[in-house]
Amino acid sequence: MLIEIDNLHVSVEGAEIIKGLNLNIGPGEVHAIMGPNGSGKSTLAQTIAGHGDYEVTNGSIRFNGTDLLDMEADERARAGVFLSFQYPVEIPGVSNVYLLKAALNARRKAAGEPEIDAVEFMRFIREKASLMELDQQFLSRGVNEGFSGGEKKRNEIFQMAVLEPTFAVLDETDSGLDIDALKVVANGVNQQRSADRSFLLITHYQRLLDYVQPDFVHVLANGRIIRSGDKSLALELEENGYDDVLAAANG
Amino acid sequence: MSSRQTDVQDIVDRKYEHGFITDIETDTVPPGLDEDVIRLISAKKNEPQFMLDWRLKAFRHWQTLEEPDWAKLNIDPIDYQAISYFSAPKNKDDAPKSLDEVDPKLLETYDKLGIPLHERARLAGVAVDAVFDSVSVATTFKAKLADAGVIFCSFSEAVLDHPELIEKYLGTVVPQRDNFFAALNSAVFTDGSFVFIPKGVRCPMELSTYFRINAANTGQFERTLIVAEEGSHVSYLEGCTAPQRDENQLHAAVVELVAETDAEIKYSTVQNWYPGDEEGRGGIYNFVTKRGDCRGARSKISWTQVEAGSAITWKYPSCILRGDDSVGEFYSVAVTNNFQQADTGTKMVHIGKNTTSTIISKGISAGQAQNAYRGLVKVFPTADNARNYTQCDSLLMGNRCGAHTFPYMEIKNPNAIVEHEATTSKIADDQLFYCRQRGISEEDAVNMIVNGFCKEVFRELPMEFAVEAQNLMNVSLEGAVG
Repeated sequence: MLIEIDNLHVSVEGAEIIKGLNLNIGPGEVHAIMGPNGSGKSTLAQTIAGHGDYEVTNGSIRFNGTDLLDMEADERARAGVFLSFQYPVEIPGVSNVYLLKAALNARRKAAGEPEIDAVEFMRFIREKASLMELDQQFLSRGVNEGFSGGEKKRNEIFQMAVLEPTFAVLDETDSGLDIDALKVVANGVNQQRSADRSFLLITHYQRLLDYVQPDFVHVLANGRIIRSGDKSLALELEENGYDDVLAAANG
Repeated sequence: MSSRQTDVQDIVDRKYEHGFITDIETDTVPPGLDEDVIRLISAKKNEPQFMLDWRLKAFRHWQTLEEPDWAKLNIDPIDYQAISYFSAPKNKDDAPKSLDEVDPKLLETYDKLGIPLHERARLAGVAVDAVFDSVSVATTFKAKLADAGVIFCSFSEAVLDHPELIEKYLGTVVPQRDNFFAALNSAVFTDGSFVFIPKGVRCPMELSTYFRINAANTGQFERTLIVAEEGSHVSYLEGCTAPQRDENQLHAAVVELVAETDAEIKYSTVQNWYPGDEEGRGGIYNFVTKRGDCRGARSKISWTQVEAGSAITWKYPSCILRGDDSVGEFYSVAVTNNFQQADTGTKMVHIGKNTTSTIISKGISAGQAQNAYRGLVKVFPTADNARNYTQCDSLLMGNRCGAHTFPYMEIKNPNAIVEHEATTSKIADDQLFYCRQRGISEEDAVNMIVNGFCKEVFRELPMEFAVEAQNLMNVSLEGAVG
């Protein structure tokens, strides 16, 4: 297993949000987590990434056999964990290129590799940018500075393409996107699917799953996974809403 | 190789041509200030009579003044009678003979700042004749300037070699009576720089105090005068990113710039004097009067400053926009950490028609530091169509520091357009987390965010300086978060 989440409990400011969550993700698998608002979807994403406001009170997360919770946020990233943020922040004056180069070199340094050659780096990111249909000018703009909602999300997937993680969590990457932007984002994700890269797609709607076909779908409610299945579960939810699933779980 | 050695020998010899240097190496005036001390300083420097008279006039006026206290600064009382106003440069025998004798901690900082190897020895105070590289660079440099007709020398040399220019321009921008510290400086200044760019000349290189052989130990009451004649152009760099050793606590410098018609002066400063320790003990008081006079039409003066050192920084590099269509600019980064205090900004005085000014100020506070922007935009009734744009941004790190903005505007012309924008932000946890999620360490993330914040100012600095300035931010804010 690439990711093993066992009996995870997470609190935010003293309130327990995740209440005993279990989830295993194998190499190359794409899992989708769906659920109503407030079910703990984003909390799970932030906890995996290592945000300090999310306190793990019980349980464990293992990544490639090592204890993920024992690592700082930047160590996790360098080990190959990537989070596509639901609300990417702006960092004025710091260009996209600069951030990516620093991030890439931090990873290479941790892996004992030399810094990437500047010319090679530019060639590499131009190639990835065209994959995401991003203008070259985009690269020299400040990180998310003055970006539209769609540009911010495309930027997240672009960064993922550059950093080539082994495990990527996409937190509501589809929200706020029009259909064209959604296709670009989905296409970017699909191109990055491979036997040694796993995904966790967190989404409220089935829409993204029309374009990115998951291997497994889980329903998260009140801090626990209450049902798991294949992609047909997503269609069922789309048709009947969450109520039936929730009622079945409670009944 | 042999010609290089001859050059070196020339420089070393020339240093002793001016008798006063050899003279003063043996004596220091006892603490205290009266007319006799001023006469002594002037005599030691073989100054002409006009210079002594000028100093005495300043001193007599200074005695009638009170130390100002309007800045947002806590200043321990200064005993002006306890200062020695003429301390000879340190005896060379005391100076380290090589880098091996220099404090390893200082060398470590140089390394972090990316200061070239050949500069480190000079900065650490290694006896200058041991530093062959920089001396030979300076020699070729001087020859090139002389060909262009540019005068660039120490202020003392200028008083002796070009008295007519000094008499014509000294005190015409910052008069002796201007303020308490300017009056004190005018009375007792010991040295500084003089630059003269003749009509129509574009100075063939950046002028940097680094290349001025006599630069060492002129710190305490420095006097700088730069004159750009009609249509000339010069870029001047003052200071250095490296922490400099200095025994004097009070620094009261005066800088005067004169830009005639169509002339342009770009003045960049990186200030990194000793800021005191982490408990706020010690550190330099940096009280400076800097002013530029855009005397001619279409002249331009641009100040760029990176203020990172000193316990207290108190300065307002200003522009008098007298000539029609003249332009004034002020780009500033002031960073304060631990118990440092800064009250800095600018004055833009619009007198001529169609004059424009731009003010970009970035204040960064960390620890328990206080950082104030204080700026004046003054538009005279004569200044038709004057324009000003002011942007003041403050960045706070932690919650024990302070940022303050005091913008003053006196607008006496209805055609003027004056804009002011101000923001205050904290380094957001969200920004830090975002960078860390991309694999960047917390320390590197802070550096990245701070440098992004300062970008508009750093890009005004000459290229090689800009890189050092970025590193300086990182060193200054080490450990400020987390």
